[in-house]
Amino acid sequence: MSDALLSVRNLTTAFAIESGSTIAVDDVGFDVRAGEAVGLIGESGSGKSVAALSILGLLPTPPARVLSGSAMFEGRDLLKMPAKELRRIRGKRIGMIFQEPMTSLNPVFPIGEQIAESLRLHERLGNEAARKRAIAMLDRVGIPSASRRLDDYPHQLSGGMRQRVMIAIALACDPKLLIADEPTTALDVTVQAQLLDLLNDLRRETGMAMLLITHNMGVIAEFADRVVVMYSGQVAEEAPIETLFDAPRHPYTQGLLGATPTLAQTEARLRTIPGSLPDPAAPPPGCRFAPRCDFADAQCAAGRPTEIVLAAGHRAACRRTDATAAWQTA
Amino acid sequence: MLAFAIRRLLHTIPILAIVSLIAFGMIKLVPGDPAVVMGGTNATAAEIDQIRRNLGLDQPFHVQLGAFYWNLLQGDLGNSLLLNVPVTSAIIERLPATLWLSAYAMLLTLIFGLATGIIAALRHNTWVDQAATTLALIGVSLPNFWLGLVMIVVFSVHLGWLPTSGFVDPAENVIGFLRTATMPAAALAMLQIGLLARITRSAMLEVLRQDYVRTARAKGLPEWVVVMKHALANAMIPIVTVVGLIFSVLISGSIVIETIFTIPGMGALLGNAILRRDYPMIQGGLLFVAAALMLLNLLADMLYAYFDPRVQVDRDG
Repeated sequence: MSDALLSVRNLTTAFAIESGSTIAVDDVGFDVRAGEAVGLIGESGSGKSVAALSILGLLPTPPARVLSGSAMFEGRDLLKMPAKELRRIRGKRIGMIFQEPMTSLNPVFPIGEQIAESLRLHERLGNEAARKRAIAMLDRVGIPSASRRLDDYPHQLSGGMRQRVMIAIALACDPKLLIADEPTTALDVTVQAQLLDLLNDLRRETGMAMLLITHNMGVIAEFADRVVVMYSGQVAEEAPIETLFDAPRHPYTQGLLGATPTLAQTEARLRTIPGSLPDPAAPPPGCRFAPRCDFADAQCAAGRPTEIVLAAGHRAACRRTDATAAWQTA
Repeated sequence: MLAFAIRRLLHTIPILAIVSLIAFGMIKLVPGDPAVVMGGTNATAAEIDQIRRNLGLDQPFHVQLGAFYWNLLQGDLGNSLLLNVPVTSAIIERLPATLWLSAYAMLLTLIFGLATGIIAALRHNTWVDQAATTLALIGVSLPNFWLGLVMIVVFSVHLGWLPTSGFVDPAENVIGFLRTATMPAAALAMLQIGLLARITRSAMLEVLRQDYVRTARAKGLPEWVVVMKHALANAMIPIVTVVGLIFSVLISGSIVIETIFTIPGMGALLGNAILRRDYPMIQGGLLFVAAALMLLNLLADMLYAYFDPRVQVDRDG
């Protein structure tokens, strides 16, 4: 789509392992439009984090290597630009927050300095001005008595507070896109809700777009305008949020929703998806979900399914979408 | 930090008391009579008795010990049997050369050890890393006296670039100091450079894997800022612990090196004292070195606290 802020196409990333290499992200494509919140959902090991880190060039190479694809951001390909130019986009036009707030902040620098550093670099602010903006940022992410907290070290803060600091760092330079990689997974449930509220508020205030990576259906429901479901390194289904919950067509998405507890639950036990993720070093030859799929036939195991566009903004990589249409919410 | 330093200084007093007791007792246990040694081969029994009385060696053990501590508290370590001067003044006269030499060797160690380690970590698993690791291993394996002798043969005898021996105080003549001290300092530092390079490499490799390094990159910081600021500041924590140790090894290592390069330092002084059974001098030297090592340890601990804000020095040392 031409109006996309970020447009990822055919992204393929491999990791070198002892016996050759393994494809972690296989021909993945999705768009994030300006101001939009897109959820990237999948199990651990589905390649969602690797896809996001590939886009920003943050994977350690070696062992990781982006083999092909493009990631057009504001008209330029992030995957092909020189490292120096990519650095000007990282932290300035695209902010990123990570899963582990306990280890993502540098333990030996005060938090104020870790925020101010970005401002001095990208906004060319002086020490005093950067400090002032850092205080304002801490205030904005809901850290009480920000001016006194500025010289605190990360170990003096709780996990939730540290993640707020991470958000302050990521948003310091007012980015157009925020990539949040499991931002609440490591936190207590009550703190999770507070942080999601904060992220929602900040997004409304700034009008930035957001790519939220998570394995949590509840977080997605609360947050995303559109959802990309990943399975075993590939996109299984992409749909607007309502469609995803009401009429998912990929059997994997249906399985995920069936495995999510709801208040309206009538069955005594949650339904689970039998089996486990395929070994990324030796994926099944055809549809990767086929071995675990109720709808799979002989042809499913033979070749990779082509993506079928079911409606505007709704696509699924499944040959049996006619059969899956009868799906009902539990 | 100040309270921490004072508390740690107070901690050293009982340790020094124990060290001095060992120093005192050791001499009583060692075979050989200092009075006989001092008197020389031609001394009569009466002369030796006289010397023994002068030294207080005829007194009972507890009186000797009391006198030893009483004098120690006044900074009097007795007279050197060999040089006939007070031990304290002999040590103070020789101390600067040793300290300058050790400090110079430490500087070389820091520059080359850190640089080699950082470069090896950044070029992990490439030929650069292999070369650096191999060089470090060679550095660790070479005995420093052998290295000192080879240097003298190459740079002094064959090339004639540097003098074979001597020492110039850098306060008087910096060029002279560099000319005389570079070879001994390099010989002394080589082993420590290898050691520090290996420690630095593994510390950096560990730190470069951490999440906060990825955060620093996500901010768009240039790679050298990521490495030299965010990674190195964390790698310094294990490095500082080793640096304290290295400095004390450099001081004790200078005994041999000072002898080879005939540098008038503590090392040469103590080496001679041991060979000639100059007991007061050995005692004094032992106490001095022990005190110096404790001071260095304190310094290393303070540096450690400086580099790691998580260490709370003011709560409990």
